[in-house]
This record gives sequence, C-alpha cells and structure tokens, in this order.
Amino acid sequence: MSDITKQSLSELVENIKGKKLSSSEVTKAFVERSEKSKELNAYITEDYANALNKAKKFDEKPNLNLKLPGIPMAVKDLFCTRDLRTTAGSKILNNFVPTYESTVTQNIWNEGAILMGKLNCDEFAMGSSNETSFFGNVQNPIDKNLVPGGSSGGSSSAVAAQLTPITIGTDTGGSIRQPASFTGTVGLKPTYGSCSRYGIVAFASSLDQAGPMAQNVKDCALLQEVISTYDEKDSTSIDFKRNEYSKELTKDIKGKKIGIPKEYRVDGMPKEIEDLWKKGIEYAKDCGAEIIDISLPHTNYALPTYYIVAPAEASSNLARYDGVKYGFRAEGENLIDMYEKTRSKGFGAEVQRRIMIGTYVLSSGYYDAYYLKAQKVRKLIKNDFDYAYKKVDAILTPSTPSSAFKIGEKTNDPVSMYLNDIFTVPVNLAGLPGISIPAGHDAKGYPLGLQIIGKAFDEQNILNIAYAMEEKINFKNNINDWWIK
Amino acid sequence: MSIDLKTIKHISKLSRISVDEKKAEKLAGDLNSIFDFIEKLNELNTDNVEPLTSVAETTLKLRSDEVKSKNLRDQVIKNSPKENEDYFVVPKVIE
Repeated sequence: MSDITKQSLSELVENIKGKKLSSSEVTKAFVERSEKSKELNAYITEDYANALNKAKKFDEKPNLNLKLPGIPMAVKDLFCTRDLRTTAGSKILNNFVPTYESTVTQNIWNEGAILMGKLNCDEFAMGSSNETSFFGNVQNPIDKNLVPGGSSGGSSSAVAAQLTPITIGTDTGGSIRQPASFTGTVGLKPTYGSCSRYGIVAFASSLDQAGPMAQNVKDCALLQEVISTYDEKDSTSIDFKRNEYSKELTKDIKGKKIGIPKEYRVDGMPKEIEDLWKKGIEYAKDCGAEIIDISLPHTNYALPTYYIVAPAEASSNLARYDGVKYGFRAEGENLIDMYEKTRSKGFGAEVQRRIMIGTYVLSSGYYDAYYLKAQKVRKLIKNDFDYAYKKVDAILTPSTPSSAFKIGEKTNDPVSMYLNDIFTVPVNLAGLPGISIPAGHDAKGYPLGLQIIGKAFDEQNILNIAYAMEEKINFKNNINDWWIK
Repeated sequence: MSIDLKTIKHISKLSRISVDEKKAEKLAGDLNSIFDFIEKLNELNTDNVEPLTSVAETTLKLRSDEVKSKNLRDQVIKNSPKENEDYFVVPKVIE
C-alpha cells in the first residue's frame, strides 16, 4: 500500500488487525515521511530506530486485541518519556532524560502504540504560535511561514502533515483546540481530572489537561478512550465512569439542545468567523439539534482572569528549575547568583515574562488585589456555565477569532497574542471539555474551526455532536506537500 | 497603575531571574500593557463571591503509608548537572 500515511487511525487499526498491514510497514511509512519533512520542524527529538525495532518486535508476536496495535505515534514534548529526552521546548530542560513515564503515555504504550519521537511546542506550553520554543518555530503544513498555532504546534503540524496518524497535546488555555483549528485537524480538551497530569511538565496545575489530536472525530474518540483513566498518582484525577467513547459514538443527536452564547460575538470579529459560526448553527440544525440563545455574561473577563491565574501557578511550578537537581545550570559566584543566572539564561523571554507576572500577583500586598480577585471572577465564569447548562446540553462557538497568522506577526505584542485564546480560555477556567473541529476555510484558503463545549464529564456528548456535524461539514484539508524535498 | 523599574528589579529578585537595565525596561513596558488589560477585573464587584481554587470538586484521598518505590538514588541523581556520589553539588553556602 503506497498511501499508508494518508490513512486515518481507524483505517490503520483495521488494516493491522486484518493483517493487511504490519506494524513495521506502517511505522516505516510514517518514519520515512517524517524524515522528508524536516523543514516543518515538527520534531524536537526523533526516535525512529527504536520505533522500527519496536514495530519489528510487535510483528513477531502481534497482540491484535489491543486498541492501538503497533500504531506509531509521536507525542508533544511535554510528556515525560522514560529514557527519551523531554525538553518542554526549553533550554533549561535541554538535557533532561526522564527516569519515569507519564501516565497518559504509559496508557498509550499499554494499548500497543509505538513512540516515534517528541514534538515541538511553545516553551513550557506558554504561547499560541509555537514561536517561543527554544528549538525554533514550526511551519504550518497549510502554507509556508504560517504558524501552526500553539502551544501544541508541533503536534498539530505533524497530524495535519500526516507525519503521525494521531498525537496528544496539552491544553491550559487553548493549546490543543487553537492549533487544531489553525491546521484543519480535530482536537479535544477533556474535562479537568479526566486525564492524569502525572509526568506532564507542569504549567498551570489547576488548568492543564492532556488530550487527543487527530484527523477526524472517530480517531479522537478512540485515543481519548485510551488516555483517560483514573490515576492515584495525580491528586486531582477524578474517579468517574468513563465511556468507551469510540464504541458509543453516534451521529444521532436529534433533540440535543445547543446553546449559542451572545457574548462570543466579540468586537472586531472578522466577518468570515461570524459566517462560519452561522454555518455551524445550520449544520447543527440539519443534524436535528435544537438551537437556543444563551448568555455567558462574564466571558469578557476570562482572559484577564487567565493571565493572573495561569502565570501565578506557573511562577510557583517553575520555581523547581534552579540548576541543582536537573536541567541546565549556569555557574555563579554564589548560590543565589547561580540560581539567577541559570534561570535568566535557561528560560526564554515569554516564560520569564510570565514568571514575573505570576510572582508579582502573588507578592505581599498584591495577592488580594490580583490573585484572590481572579479566583473570585473565575467562580463567576464557572457559574455562568452552570446556569447555561440548566437549559442546554452543549455550547457551540468559533474556536478562534481568526485563522492562522504569519510567523512573526504577533511576537512583539503579547496582549494581541493572548487574544487568540479568547474563545478557549473560559473552558479551561471552568474545567469543562471542549472540542475543535475543522468547519471551513477563510478567503485565503486557511482552515477555520468550530468549538463544541460540553458539561463536565460529558465528553461522549460533544464527541457525538462533533461526529454528526463533521459528516455534514465534509471538510477537506488543502495540503500539497510543499515542504517535501 | 504603573510598574516602574524599581518594582521590576524587586520582582526579578523574588523570581530569581537576573535582569539588566535593557531587559528591565522592556519588561516594564510589557508588564504595564498586560496589567492595563488585567485591570478590567476591577469593573466587577466580587465582595460576596467565594474564590474558586479548584474545579475538581473532590477531596484528597487517603492511602496507606507504604513504601512503593525503593532504591531510587541513581534515578534521582541521574539528571543532576553536578553531583558527588550521593549528593547534589551547589556553590559553597556556609563559610
């Protein structure tokens, strides 16, 4: 089969189970395509030789009862992988080789998948364009010099370019859904507490969630089913009944009530986003859903809240990078000097900026005015959703306020970069699941996404809605392999 | 509100990140534009609102106090930039 890398995860699983393809054939195909795609800069660390060996071993004694039998896969470089360098896109972890495995990746290997390498991301997942990575920016396969979104930019680029059949990212304020929207792929941010945070490099612990990224909704559902487990190693992991999302997937969403929040019609929203949203509403109606206008009155306060809560937690989490126990160290005249030089040289500009914001809002005299205030507004934002969900089953919004922008276009203006996450951030603050599906193109031919937000632990419902709408939308990604030499 | 260079120097000290004059000026500009944006929260009266510290409405689970992993010395020390047998090495702290 010559077009192995064009197959979806579900097709590959079926072909391996049906013995039409071996894991070695599949792995070789994705490794070869990845090797020809270096210009995208999607990988930070490649592990191709090991992947091919593991595939060979799998084929010698294939266990075809597994959910991801012999499927090769690259993952975001924020997941700790035992004996394979894990950098979080930072110089400060440039030489860090974990001695343990994250729970989410362990779940994936337990189901038979094979690690191909680690994918590029914004430094410590702080960014919306993959431009803050110490390992350089990533190209969007849609067009040269276009950002793939962030922070899971290597992941979105790799899935859209078919360098990996599926991948996992992490989402603290939109880092799965925004890059999925920018690359014409599907990305799910699960409910907070659904996927274990154990072994994921921490950014903002009350917001971080791992989630699947794929070419279609069905593949996304299958991967979510594998990665979502209760884990006693994560004290915020929640013990609830998890569905077999891919098996229970249905396009029957007749009578589902879908809310349209008027506050998401933000000032200066491009007409093509407005049109996309209207089209989305029509698709949902065509599927039999009932559309209901709702209000989420504190939407405008979500970003300012996020830019207090997330940096505050980050400044605390990143205190561990001191040049003593692991990672990069810069020598200094004394202990304090060593700390200061290590952190000044080891962290990039955006990470330093966020640590400073976080330190300031937590510092004596400012805690109540900023951090406590933000936690109170966070409560109001969550209340908005709780109230809305008395009337509706899910909420439909655009994923982003624009299509992908050019590399370098927003790097000098942090606030305009932050505005990218205006539709995704409220979901993290409220701990809800959200999925972005590709739903159309703008005038330049760049993909645009729609977001479906669900009730807590109701991933099945938003996957079903996405699955039904995906069929009506019938989206085709314009990928012409321009980067392949 | 305005964050001046003196405040930047103070935060930099608390953050253990060294900054020179040029970097301090850039940071002051960035932080001021970000805090202008954050000030929007002051429009809201939150006097009677409970702060939300975690969306996971769960209490910490207890577990039995058992040692589950042993002999981790090599693993713990493996990524250390500087070590001496069983110890992490830092610049001299006590004269």
